[in-house]
Amino acid sequence: MIEEEMTDHQEPSPHSLGRSNVSEVDAIVTHDLVRHFGDVRAVNGVNIQIPKGEIYGFLGPNGAGKSTMVHMLCTLLAPTGGRATVAGFDVESDPAKVRLRIGVALQEAALDPKQTGSELLSLQGRLYGLKRREIQRRVSELAEMIDLGDFLDRMIGTYSGGMKRRLDLAAALIHNPEIVFLDEPTTGLDPVSRLQVWSEVRRLNQELGITIFLTTQYLEEADELAHRVGIIDDGKIVAEGTPTDLKKAVGSDLILVRVEGDTSDAVAALSTVPGVQNVEAHAGELVITTSTGSATISPVAVALAGTNVVVRELTLRTPTLDDVFLELTGTHIERADAQEESS
Amino acid sequence: MTTTTDSLRSEGSGAVIGARPAGIFRDLSSIAGRALRAVPRDVTSVVPPVFIALFFFVVNIATLKKVTSSIPHFSYTSFEIATAILLGVTGVSRAPALVLDIQSKYFDRLLLTPVRRTAILVGHMVADVSVAAVLTVPILVLGFILGVRFHGGPLGVLGFIALSSLWSLAFAGFGYAIALKTGNPAAVNSTFLLFFPFLFLTSSYVPRSQLSGWLSTVAKFNPVTYLLGGLRSLEVGGGAVWVPLGQALLAVGIVALISMTLCFAALRGRVKRS
Repeated sequence: MIEEEMTDHQEPSPHSLGRSNVSEVDAIVTHDLVRHFGDVRAVNGVNIQIPKGEIYGFLGPNGAGKSTMVHMLCTLLAPTGGRATVAGFDVESDPAKVRLRIGVALQEAALDPKQTGSELLSLQGRLYGLKRREIQRRVSELAEMIDLGDFLDRMIGTYSGGMKRRLDLAAALIHNPEIVFLDEPTTGLDPVSRLQVWSEVRRLNQELGITIFLTTQYLEEADELAHRVGIIDDGKIVAEGTPTDLKKAVGSDLILVRVEGDTSDAVAALSTVPGVQNVEAHAGELVITTSTGSATISPVAVALAGTNVVVRELTLRTPTLDDVFLELTGTHIERADAQEESS
Repeated sequence: MTTTTDSLRSEGSGAVIGARPAGIFRDLSSIAGRALRAVPRDVTSVVPPVFIALFFFVVNIATLKKVTSSIPHFSYTSFEIATAILLGVTGVSRAPALVLDIQSKYFDRLLLTPVRRTAILVGHMVADVSVAAVLTVPILVLGFILGVRFHGGPLGVLGFIALSSLWSLAFAGFGYAIALKTGNPAAVNSTFLLFFPFLFLTSSYVPRSQLSGWLSTVAKFNPVTYLLGGLRSLEVGGGAVWVPLGQALLAVGIVALISMTLCFAALRGRVKRS
């Protein structure tokens, strides 16, 4: 008997509950979730609690464990340890019930190039048990949403990357899921297509109340869309909260100085400048935290002139999620990506 | 992407559209339907086998008809059509397409739906049997033109098509096993190597009584020998058909048992989540 073949396939009605020991307000809950690949701990004791109707941004560099989390939560991978419930059902013991309630758009658009867009959507609808009329209605609604026009009746192999992404998103929505997993939905998209996806994600959440679990390596994407953000690094959640709260924790203003030379002297000099709350040196860059950026930037420049570093660039800005990541891990998220790719 | 305010939850007309288990027959028909739709879009998977079958059918008759003319009550054309049919249907399957699904991650998309895992494989097999049955038609038509007659009537023809299609399915199991185990198109193509011992170390070109030495011994243990015997008996018809037909079904059954055990084990491994 193939694994899971005997799992529940006798549900009385769409979206029926029959759930036990779970909160009715939480869409996704994990307790000490772990996933090993041999000696590698891709996910290492993750605890998250996502209420219904929230957009949860899961942020981290490549290889941090984002996709492994998604694969576990959408039942493609079994956890090595811990527990996860999605839509109130355990991903390990009730995967069939979970699948009925979720829609997933994986990192690479998983499409069949030898079907047309409408054939693919219809097949998805059939596999989710939709009746012929329901499928026609949903395909028509989703066709308007993804705006593919006549392309919907052409082979998917002829689509551009952006069109494939939009079709993939439509395929994830054909059955009106309660929860949608979007694994890096804008990676590889041009800026216009990226904005279109953002707009659609917002609309799905605001108008339909769909809970969205969004993994991304783009800081502005998490900042723009997510109600709350979980930052994962090396398989562990290193910070969680609203983007505003996370950025507030870093400080209200940041003065960034790109320098050449030994920074220890500069760090000591800057620490004595009035208004400076904190100074950190990271690989040729000084990060100065202050609550009064515009008033402090001039004294900072003067203080630096008296040290032996050469100032290449000096900027004042408010904190971003990258600064949060830097504060927590000691590296920029983009640099973490580059290190991952080169290793 | 437009930003209309239509409700995707589709609650306007009353009932909410939502997912429900589709049922095994719908799962199967959906997967088989998709596989069948792909066949005319991928004619290179079906045209060469039919061409090879028709080519060797004509060439073998031209080459060997005279050699066997001394055998009493023997029509080489009728004898050879069973071989031609097997050349046409052996190895025809959607296993290479399944490998492409695995590589493109479309297989994962299927696994994310509530579809039964066995239906993904069996649905492809249902399509394969249908394709194999259709592929026998042009070969049979050429046979009829060249003088092949089924003394068992239309029932004999149907039995011939059914037995050939079952064999096609049994052999396809090896391709699916390799496809699901490796996810590698080159490995799936290597299934072709099995084709040679099965189809050539047997009574493909001359009656079994004419085989000698080691080839006769090998043919005795080759299931295709009994399959060919069963197919040829359906041309003859009458009461003599049952024993060779039973042997043919048993031979196909044994091959199917092995290939299906392998491919369902490979499916288990492929969908395992651990």
